[in-house]
Amino acid sequence: MNNILSSFILVPLLMMLVLFFCKNMQQVRSTMVSGASILLLLTAYLSYMFVQERAISSEEMLFVSNTMWYPSLNIQYSVGVDGISILMIILTSVIIFTGVFSSWNMDMAKEYFLWYCLLAIGVYGFFISLDLFTMFLFYELALIPMYLLIGVWGTGKKEYSAMKLTLMLMGGSAFLLIGILGIYYTSGHTSMNILELANMHIPIEQQYWIFPATFLGFGVLGALFPFHTWSPDGHASAPTAVSMLHAGVLMKLGGYGCFRVAINLMPEAAQELSWIFLILTGISVVYGALSAVVQTDLKYINAYSSVSHCGLVLFALLMLNKTAMTGAVLQMLSHGLMTALFFALIGLIYGRTHTRDIRQMGGLMKIMPFASVCYVIAGLASLGLPSLSGFVAEMTIFVGSFQHDDMFRRVLTVAATCSIVITAVYILRTVGKILYGPVLDESHLKLSDATWYEKVSAVSLIVCIVAIGIYPSVFFNLIGDSLAPIISRLSIL
Amino acid sequence: MEFTLLILLLPIVLFLILGLAGHKMKPLFAGLVGTLGMLTITVLAYFTAYKYFFVEGKVGGVFQELIPFSFEWLRFTDNLHIDLGILLDPISVMMLVVITTVSLMVHIYSLAYMQGEKGFQRYFAYLSLFSFSMLGLVVATNIFQMYIFWELVGVSSYLLIGFYYTKPSAVSASKKAFIVTRFADLGFLLGILVLSYYTGTFDFGQLTADHASLVVNSTAGASFMGLSIASLAMALIFMGGAGKSAMFPLHIWLPDAMEGPTPVSALIHAATMVVAGVYLVARLFPVYFFAAPDILNMIAYIGAFTAIFAALIAITQTDIKRVLAFSTISQIAYMMVALGVSGYGDHDGLGYMASMFHLFTHAFFKALLFLGAGSVIHAVHSNEMKDMGNLRKFMPITHITFLIACLSIAGIPPFSGFFSKDEILAAAFHHDKFLFASLWIVAGLTAFYMFRLYFNIFWGKTKEYAGAHKPHESPWQMSFPLLFLAFLSIVTGFIPFSSFVSTDNIGFDAHIDWSIAASGIGVALLGIAGAVVLYMKGGDKPAELAKSFGGFYTATLNKFYLDEVWMFITKSIIFKWICMPIAWFDKNVIDAAFDALASITQKIAYAIRGFQSGQIQFYAWVFVVGTLAIATYALLNE
Repeated sequence: MNNILSSFILVPLLMMLVLFFCKNMQQVRSTMVSGASILLLLTAYLSYMFVQERAISSEEMLFVSNTMWYPSLNIQYSVGVDGISILMIILTSVIIFTGVFSSWNMDMAKEYFLWYCLLAIGVYGFFISLDLFTMFLFYELALIPMYLLIGVWGTGKKEYSAMKLTLMLMGGSAFLLIGILGIYYTSGHTSMNILELANMHIPIEQQYWIFPATFLGFGVLGALFPFHTWSPDGHASAPTAVSMLHAGVLMKLGGYGCFRVAINLMPEAAQELSWIFLILTGISVVYGALSAVVQTDLKYINAYSSVSHCGLVLFALLMLNKTAMTGAVLQMLSHGLMTALFFALIGLIYGRTHTRDIRQMGGLMKIMPFASVCYVIAGLASLGLPSLSGFVAEMTIFVGSFQHDDMFRRVLTVAATCSIVITAVYILRTVGKILYGPVLDESHLKLSDATWYEKVSAVSLIVCIVAIGIYPSVFFNLIGDSLAPIISRLSIL
Repeated sequence: MEFTLLILLLPIVLFLILGLAGHKMKPLFAGLVGTLGMLTITVLAYFTAYKYFFVEGKVGGVFQELIPFSFEWLRFTDNLHIDLGILLDPISVMMLVVITTVSLMVHIYSLAYMQGEKGFQRYFAYLSLFSFSMLGLVVATNIFQMYIFWELVGVSSYLLIGFYYTKPSAVSASKKAFIVTRFADLGFLLGILVLSYYTGTFDFGQLTADHASLVVNSTAGASFMGLSIASLAMALIFMGGAGKSAMFPLHIWLPDAMEGPTPVSALIHAATMVVAGVYLVARLFPVYFFAAPDILNMIAYIGAFTAIFAALIAITQTDIKRVLAFSTISQIAYMMVALGVSGYGDHDGLGYMASMFHLFTHAFFKALLFLGAGSVIHAVHSNEMKDMGNLRKFMPITHITFLIACLSIAGIPPFSGFFSKDEILAAAFHHDKFLFASLWIVAGLTAFYMFRLYFNIFWGKTKEYAGAHKPHESPWQMSFPLLFLAFLSIVTGFIPFSSFVSTDNIGFDAHIDWSIAASGIGVALLGIAGAVVLYMKGGDKPAELAKSFGGFYTATLNKFYLDEVWMFITKSIIFKWICMPIAWFDKNVIDAAFDALASITQKIAYAIRGFQSGQIQFYAWVFVVGTLAIATYALLNE
């Protein structure tokens, strides 16, 4: 039973192994589809087991298992999950599954999917790790395939973007490494285990520099202003499925890390210093949205929109109360799903029209109704339509953030709330330009609508988005249970 | 009364069926599915009204607030949770009747009007979605549920305005409608945040109970920038209402929304969605009255201004749907004023009752006007008055029903508009003479522009009609709704409305104040007479009159340039001076800084790579010098 978590690393490894022996496209596809489906089933099984176990166990983390692999520093391969990691694993599995369908016709598919699987290992490993060092290892493991996936399979100025993305994220991980070492040494050289560290007290003076270091380190990946500029270029150059994975899952590593490491281990500093980062993330939220309004490239619009939405994740985490933090986790899920949907559809459109410039398209609704309707749904989710996931997440964040007594946080909340109007502006502008109106380019008239594999990808994502939007309370409970320990640590301060 | 849940479930099921499988159905079949579904919902709503008003609703002379269904959807904090439920009280039940009736009529009418349109099935799917959202809005048990459905209503309106999505004007109108109302909804949301923070509840029952004592007590003493918190919250919430109900200066989306199919204008932009703001204020009326009387007063003045403003514009418009759109704005403003001047309890609550009464009667005669206009447009293929004339010869049913609606909106007895308008005038008269005077003038203007419209369409000279075919009466699917709504416009005035709807849910007797009624009828007749003189025969008189007004005429024709002002603010200020610079800043400052960092690193690397020359002699030399330096240092510190 305890090995169920490690199988999330083993399955992609096996997939890589099988990929080596694949001879043609057909085999590569069947390997990937069956592998991704197995991961999805495993996730379902894990979630089911988790709910069963949660009912009888009061442990903070479930399915914990430890294996020593570097005794002299007491570094362990240590895994375990709580409700939040479960949700992140669900998100990852869904996006890996849909990403496979969105990269149906890749060049050099075998190599592409090899890196793709390695990326998956990194992400899964990160979400299940309880040991800081192992976590960092998986984090780096997820970043490296990204460089190659963008640099080799990307479009446009891909080398520049890949380099920029990697360097900026590596810069972030340098801070992170310093932070992690800081935690290790200030807590008494005994453990890298998050659960143990959470109960040790890191001296407050040390927290004052470790918290910013770790928060910044992870924050770069969470598109924290002003370290977000890798995101637009990176997304624009990346191939479809890589954009999906990157915005959908990888950026969540940032939010998750900020929560699990920075806030969880250093609650005092989080409380004291949150104002600085609240301002930065508040800027992210509004600034990202305003930048998106004037962009003309579909991927840039979506990338800036991600800056805004992911900014809201960090913003809500820093509010340090249960409701807002619940909203933050929901927003991670919601943003992951809808942004993956966006990128899948943009890839679909770009693959046919060979342009992403919104000024060169029009009336696509008439030409590819299925894809267009999906795009509208993604847009509506993004602007927070009730019954879709965005609404639940944003409202939880706004209500939660407004529960603070101090004027500073409430004013910031009001400012962040303004983003719902700006989001409506850029979403409707895009939808109006590319989907509605007369057909601008006659040659577009003979384009085809979504193929079956593209439909699988889009429909699975929409189903998830609607599920969260209509029945959020089950997610609420999962998150709420997992937040209890950190909330109790915060409340004794 | 658990069956009321079906009123909400049926339309969403219809939407899903028509939306997901509609394109596989024959258009007519999809239309019939939608219409029959709506018929069922209407019957259920009527049955609910019967049960509520005559059987179960009244206990001990007081109408109860019944909640036949409710469940907790989402729990934010210990106190704050969103419930989804059904609240039945006099105004929500009244709204159920209004929405289902108009919606059913629009469904039937659309079967013929939209025939042959591409996306016929999609159209009926949207109508179901709208009906669902609107019904969910009026039965909301708490303010957050209302907000949820409020947003859904907004999006269905967006989809329906943009129904002809290949037409650029329709696309931009739909976008404008959504964004303007979204902006207003931001206020609504912030209002909810503020109000719920202090009171710790979203629930309408708790907010309004005991003269809104919860709001009064919890916000006592708190203020923000000189405004009490209760006033601030209620003003923000009103902003949401002002957006949907097209109050000045947020009204600009409504005239453009006429780009949608005409039956949609009848349903959404005349009878139902646009009164959501009035309904919102009415729903929270005790809070406004007891906790934020200053805001209530403000609402009255905004309403009065909007009423006059819109009436003036309506006089000069030449597109018949736009005349009706401005007339709608003006009439909704009437309802707002009525709420603003209302007191609480018994006969003091006359304004509240009158407002709801006018909402009720207006829904039918305004829907009738729009559907009549649709029938005319259907016949002559134009929205412009100049393409119409003498149509009474060709379209007798449309003509008679349109006339009934005009008389009703002008406030001529015994048509329904007279009764509701008279109550509003009476309520205003007892509260504030200035507001009364404004409304009185608007009554005259209304009669004038409505009859200008009527004479221009149905009298005057026969025009050369497009397509070289004579205009003809519309098919029965279109005539029947006209006749039915005309019937309602005649009889609804006689409903003893005040015994059903009142501020404290205890019925009272409202009698007609004949001196005020006489003044109202007088000014209406004056307006009609003016229209008779100017427009009945056609000719040049109107043009001469327009010329004599000069700049004022041009200003009203151009809707007082409000669109241009908004355009300037959004396009020139926000887009050019905020968004563009930010995007520029991002690319040329922040991003450039990182690029600079990278290139500096690279330059330094280039500069220092000379040290790694590979010459052993150089390395040995550095080694020796280094060793000596360290040794010297160590010796000196000995």
